[in-house]
Amino acid sequence: MPLHTDRGFEEQLGQLRTAVLEMGGLVEEQVGQAVRALIQRDEPLARATIERDHTVNRFDVEIDDLSLKLLALRQPAARDLRLITTALKITTDLERIGDMATHIAERAVELVREIPIKPYIDIPRMADLSRDMLRRSLDAFVREDTELALGVCISDDSIDQLHEQLFRELLSYMVENPATVSRAMRLLFVSKYLERVGDHATNIAEMVIFMVKGRSIRHLDKVPREL
Amino acid sequence: MLDPGLSRLRPTPSATSEAPTKITVRDLVVHYGGARALDSVSLDIPAHRVTALIGPSGCGKSTFLRCLNRMNDHIPGARVTGQVTIDGDPIYGADVDPVALRRRVGMVFQKSNPFPKSIFDNVAFGPRVHGERDRARLGEIVERTLRQAALWDEVQERLDASALELSGGQQQRLCIARALAVEPEVVLMDEPASALDPIATAKIEELIHELKNAYTIVIVTHNMQQAARVSDLTAYFYLGRLIEYGPTERLFTNPGRPETEDYITGRFG
Repeated sequence: MPLHTDRGFEEQLGQLRTAVLEMGGLVEEQVGQAVRALIQRDEPLARATIERDHTVNRFDVEIDDLSLKLLALRQPAARDLRLITTALKITTDLERIGDMATHIAERAVELVREIPIKPYIDIPRMADLSRDMLRRSLDAFVREDTELALGVCISDDSIDQLHEQLFRELLSYMVENPATVSRAMRLLFVSKYLERVGDHATNIAEMVIFMVKGRSIRHLDKVPREL
Repeated sequence: MLDPGLSRLRPTPSATSEAPTKITVRDLVVHYGGARALDSVSLDIPAHRVTALIGPSGCGKSTFLRCLNRMNDHIPGARVTGQVTIDGDPIYGADVDPVALRRRVGMVFQKSNPFPKSIFDNVAFGPRVHGERDRARLGEIVERTLRQAALWDEVQERLDASALELSGGQQQRLCIARALAVEPEVVLMDEPASALDPIATAKIEELIHELKNAYTIVIVTHNMQQAARVSDLTAYFYLGRLIEYGPTERLFTNPGRPETEDYITGRFG
């Protein structure tokens, strides 16, 4: 792909890509940190994670501003237009992932004060999976790799299954011993938040496919096997 | 089944499918002396649609436009081969009268070129050439076409004033009225708004939207946003060849060819 004749435009598009990536890296780290705080029962780390959400929100506003400026001043077309609209939408998903991390950290703060009902096995797995999906969707964004993006969409099923499994397990705890309800509910929320992170990563991957191919695969009953 | 409310979000009926073909071009080649200006271009232009021709200077878009009413006949050394038909009638036949053809296929140029006559006489010029002498009939034509060209309200009080007293944007609309006065079927526009300010440009573009109900419009423009705004179909020319032709909306969001993509996104190599 040749560069824009207008260097300033090229540079601004580069800035936009970089900002999306930085924001993505930040929220991925935030999710990791939140889950670590939960598992290691580290309240200061949980509180630090909650604090970081401001930085994520600043990125959200900054990327919106830059995108709006590019749309108004450059009247982009074709792949440039798709890049900018994709950046705008990805940012919303990343901002929500940041919110999810904050919520996990909040639950971690609450759970630190109570005796754990069980060792955490599925939650770290879900966290790894969701972070991996997020990382891959952002890689797909920079590399414009639709195969990689499609892989992310397909991964979403495994995280949904883990959530379902954890739900049944926690339900059995609650039925057996109502004293566990408040802790089990909090863990269930965490599981749900991680499952949502997977959904947002899937949204990002779908947008990447749109950005590269100009074709939407969103809201289909099944993820297509190939493009 | 889609929610009927959603249909409002659908693009306006795009072009190609439902509109009958007005102009058919096959293997059109144009030489100016030894230089090949247009290289085997084939495309179908639908009736009652706006078709925009875009591309960098020297890409052949104006040459192509001028082939549609045989304006190239006047250029010394120009040689045209291939076939152009309008409603199935070949326009390059030996028996075709170019003057009669240009009555069917009118043209508006980049620089407005009113005659140094009154507003009325400018618009009445074509019908008079074609034999209309009746003052009342001419008056009707002048009013109808000035209304169509969205100029009537601004000039109805001063039809006898010189056309040269009008502003640039008004002069251009006058030229459009003059082109419409002979009741053409096709209107060719070569950069019709490039010398106009944004307000006059917006009026011309609005006018183009109105006119496509009655005419088939082919427009050459350097302004890609203008092509995006006014046209149903866009053809991208480069170095005398037709690179891509399709619904404007698709061409500007997801072009099929890398050359088109580079051009409309401003990567000029």
